[in-house]
Amino acid sequence: MQAFAELLDRLSTAPGRNARLDLIAAYLRSAPDPDRGYALASLAGDLKLRAARPAMIRDLVAERTDPELFRLSYDYVGDLAETVSLLWPPDRTANATPRLSEIIEGLTRAKRGQVPELVAGWLDRLDPTGRWALLKLVTGGLRVGISGRLARTALTRLGEVDLAAVEEVWHAVEPPYTELFDWLEGRAERPSLSEAMIFRPLMLAHPLEMDDRSRLDLSDYRAEWKWDGIRVQLALRGGQGRLFSRTGDDISGAFPDLMQALAGDAVLDGELLVMRADGVGSFNDMQQRLNRKTVSAKLQAEHPVGIRLYDILFDADRDCRDLSFVERREVLQDWLVHHASPRLDLSPLVPATDWESLSAARADPPHPAIEGVMLKRADSPYQAGRPRGLWFKWKREPHRVDCVMMYAQRGHGRRSSLYSDFTFGAWRDDELVPVGKAYFGFTDAELKELDRFVRGNTVDRYGPVRAVNQSLVLEIAFDGVNRSRRHKSGVAMRFPRIARIRWDKPAAEADTVEMLERLIN
Amino acid sequence: MMRKVQKVGSTAGKRLNWLEPRPAGLYCVPGDFYVDPVRKAERAIITHGHADHARPGNNHVLATHETIAIAEARYGSNAGRSFQRVRYGEITRIGDVTVRLVSAGHVLGSAQVVLEHQGERIVVSGDYKRSRDPTCAPFEVVTCDVFITEATFGLPVFRHPLASAEVGRLLASVATSPERCHLVGVYALGKAQRVIALLREAGYSDTIYLHGALQKLCALYQRLGVDLGDLAPVAGLPKQALAGRIVMCPPNAIADRWSQRMPDPVTAVASGWMRIRARARQRGAELPLIISDHADWDELTATIRDVEAGEIWVTHGREDALVHHARSIGLDARALSLVGRDEDGDAEEEMEEAAS
Repeated sequence: MQAFAELLDRLSTAPGRNARLDLIAAYLRSAPDPDRGYALASLAGDLKLRAARPAMIRDLVAERTDPELFRLSYDYVGDLAETVSLLWPPDRTANATPRLSEIIEGLTRAKRGQVPELVAGWLDRLDPTGRWALLKLVTGGLRVGISGRLARTALTRLGEVDLAAVEEVWHAVEPPYTELFDWLEGRAERPSLSEAMIFRPLMLAHPLEMDDRSRLDLSDYRAEWKWDGIRVQLALRGGQGRLFSRTGDDISGAFPDLMQALAGDAVLDGELLVMRADGVGSFNDMQQRLNRKTVSAKLQAEHPVGIRLYDILFDADRDCRDLSFVERREVLQDWLVHHASPRLDLSPLVPATDWESLSAARADPPHPAIEGVMLKRADSPYQAGRPRGLWFKWKREPHRVDCVMMYAQRGHGRRSSLYSDFTFGAWRDDELVPVGKAYFGFTDAELKELDRFVRGNTVDRYGPVRAVNQSLVLEIAFDGVNRSRRHKSGVAMRFPRIARIRWDKPAAEADTVEMLERLIN
Repeated sequence: MMRKVQKVGSTAGKRLNWLEPRPAGLYCVPGDFYVDPVRKAERAIITHGHADHARPGNNHVLATHETIAIAEARYGSNAGRSFQRVRYGEITRIGDVTVRLVSAGHVLGSAQVVLEHQGERIVVSGDYKRSRDPTCAPFEVVTCDVFITEATFGLPVFRHPLASAEVGRLLASVATSPERCHLVGVYALGKAQRVIALLREAGYSDTIYLHGALQKLCALYQRLGVDLGDLAPVAGLPKQALAGRIVMCPPNAIADRWSQRMPDPVTAVASGWMRIRARARQRGAELPLIISDHADWDELTATIRDVEAGEIWVTHGREDALVHHARSIGLDARALSLVGRDEDGDAEEEMEEAAS
């Protein structure tokens, strides 16, 4: 744990991307298994460990310190984990510091009631830096400015592999990733990908900028509607299937109606939509099917879902990803002929001979579940991540960006008991920078959900303001962007409002400050 | 609120009234002098050379030899009209008051002011620390009726690690990045010399390079008998000559264009504030070193016990927590709000740099 704590400590003040990569790579080279695997998972945000709430930590420290001194200290330091790590009375009899693996495995095995005692025991055995790292770890918010992608980039330094190869394997392995390290360090073959129905990283699009229109030759591209549902990957094999969200979470369980209806042997990319006999439903329709623990027969009947297919990655064992978009589309059409189902159809192409007609089509699409058009290079391979110049999304007006909720503040008057004012951020390098604040655009029911999210995900308090776990994506609609000296981000949005709460979208895929900067007139 | 008043010696039942906080500083009524005045005073006792305590323009100044030497180095003829240079322990009478300076362990020449009047004793700590410092005399405990303490790090989150261990972290970084320059931000008076002396104790014998603002006081320390080893100015050296070297500068110079002439520097800042990550980030410190010349929480709480005073006055810093603690152990304590003292350390530093 001490080595991991040192790493986090150095990362918290490391000045740039390269310095961070150096630190992570040096740690991964020297730390033993399985500790380094758990460390990597926590840096990459893939360690599902939410064992301790801030309230529990407060209770622990309250048993050990004067409440007034705690209050004054917390007020001054402003960060709960840091305050507690510094205030915790040192236990001079403790000698052996716990290993990271001992902590992870201990928490995994522990029953809920045992967690406080476990955490207190570890805090006794660590120094202030170790305590800080432990508290960040167990409360689920490392916040040292590392994205999953950066953590995986550091991995490439362990062996002679590139990032794409690591990304490909990533979803087939689990913490503590021993077989991944064995492969990278040349002790074993690459972990097998063919057997399991695993998630393959998706290919994503860049927003289309104004000046792209003069730069791109439309004849190199194919246009499709951008459907307003949930982007999914469907893996089918031997009568079984798995449905993955865009981050690779298995969401099959929420859609039994769909999964029972499908058969075949392929990996497909598409949009999950409510599909009724008379056509597809709106995003609101689709939302009825999200975040459900149980799915009633009534819900399945009233909101039947299907997939509008965009692409094919595998046809049986044939890897289609190096084919061109046009070729893959032929394979997909052919596959669909042999696997016809009312739950599946092909996303149609949109004629795109010139920008004027495409722009007109985008402004007046034939269906409300269309949120814009996609442009895909006819010769583009299916390349994981967001490669430049291949795919573009061109959403309808107004401007919309996906931001991440960072802080929440209570409202006033009628809303004084609810967290209703939200500060959201966009990415700059590996960190979220606040870009604006919005307090309307949602329904009362959504406000209650947002309030619940804030309360359940608070990682820090600054007077009336709460810092939240940076995980919830808010789609912000706005009318323009001005340059601003008052904001750290350097931009200010005009009339920002929360257009949609993207419970389904991972924070890492939110937009960048740079993108907002390009919208400055 | 009920307050428990501990009765000690002749202060029983009443508050001392012959030393009082005034806008210009702590004023001793029967002696007609100020301690560390923030405005020009006719007669001043100066605890130590930091710019928020030793200010120019006083008429008659009483301080240690070293403190006066520091003030003269900084202010020249503005340091004061006339001086009374004293040694630790030497007794002086001013009016109806006996004055004695004893070492405070803060920086070279730093002193506590021990004042006695009609059988009552007040100790003004100035700034102090209890931890080891090879560049100055250690803190001396003087029991008293009223102890006036600083509280720069008066919160229990501040527990400074061993300074030698922090210097060890600096040397470890020098060893792992031998091609990079290590740029260490330090206050010009005290911190610079202490860090250099600790580096020497740890066996680092290479030349240490100095920003111009640090040269004068390092030279003065050496003249006053503190061995700092080989020092050389940065000015005039080609950039690559500093690769692999340790360079010391004022903390603000790290963010300044000046630092662009360092080759691929690891930026370190040596300060007690580095305990708080947000502070370290604000400073741009890649390698925060927690080295302080002020007492930490444990030293503060030990000292207010050790001096056995019935009353504790807390002058500057985070008074609330220390006052709360003192009351919780049965002492009569109150916060004095003195104008012009640093609230969070930055003021001290800015004044320091202005004086350098």
